[in-house]
Amino acid sequence: MARISVQTEDFDLGAEYRQLCADAPGAGAVVTFCGLVREFYDAGGADEVRELRLEHYPGMTEKSILEIVGQAERRWDLLAVRVVHRVGVLRPGEQIVFAGVAGRHRGETFEAANFIMDYLKSEAPFWKKQVTRGGSEWVNIRESDREALVRWQADG
Amino acid sequence: MLRIHYFASVREAVGRDREQIEIPSDVATVADLVRHLRTVDEGFERMLGEQEQVLVAVNQAVAGDEAAVADGDEIAFFPPMSGG
Repeated sequence: MARISVQTEDFDLGAEYRQLCADAPGAGAVVTFCGLVREFYDAGGADEVRELRLEHYPGMTEKSILEIVGQAERRWDLLAVRVVHRVGVLRPGEQIVFAGVAGRHRGETFEAANFIMDYLKSEAPFWKKQVTRGGSEWVNIRESDREALVRWQADG
Repeated sequence: MLRIHYFASVREAVGRDREQIEIPSDVATVADLVRHLRTVDEGFERMLGEQEQVLVAVNQAVAGDEAAVADGDEIAFFPPMSGG
């Protein structure tokens, strides 16, 4: 079972965890990841971020996330997956993304959550624009994020 | 008719977020469409010059230059994604 949400509202980690457990009776492991808005992004990074504006491609976003989750489900034996991605205007310290996976064992459940996050960062149509005192600029994908995908592809 | 969407830095550079165009008779692939837009639209041509990398989606799936483009398709141009 997979549940996907793209929303402006914040989410509740406890509620998401409880829902995952309810969706996956018999699970032996639940991994939850929560991403927060940083104070500094790339490109200089000297100027503190005042806000992050997240834009997405409605329709394609949901399709891409389902595709990523489907790939994870084919790769590992998962019982439930939940992804929440926020869009709109966010401030440093706010929750931006949630990925939760319920599985039978710890190893594959951790791996699947990591895989979903790696792909979410560069294959789902979201774009971040950071606003600082000095102006605003689009955040580029980091080299380490690209390398993360190459690693999964090499692992087959 | 083609529905074209622009996102993020590509949207800002082109100066609009969407448009609809009649599909010209010589446009059968993504590469043809890009060539067409470059000749009829200065903003599009300028955007290609400014952007480091531009991705294309046909009907909400990332596509290559040789992907087919047909009447009724939804096309999108955008920079590399930066979610998560």
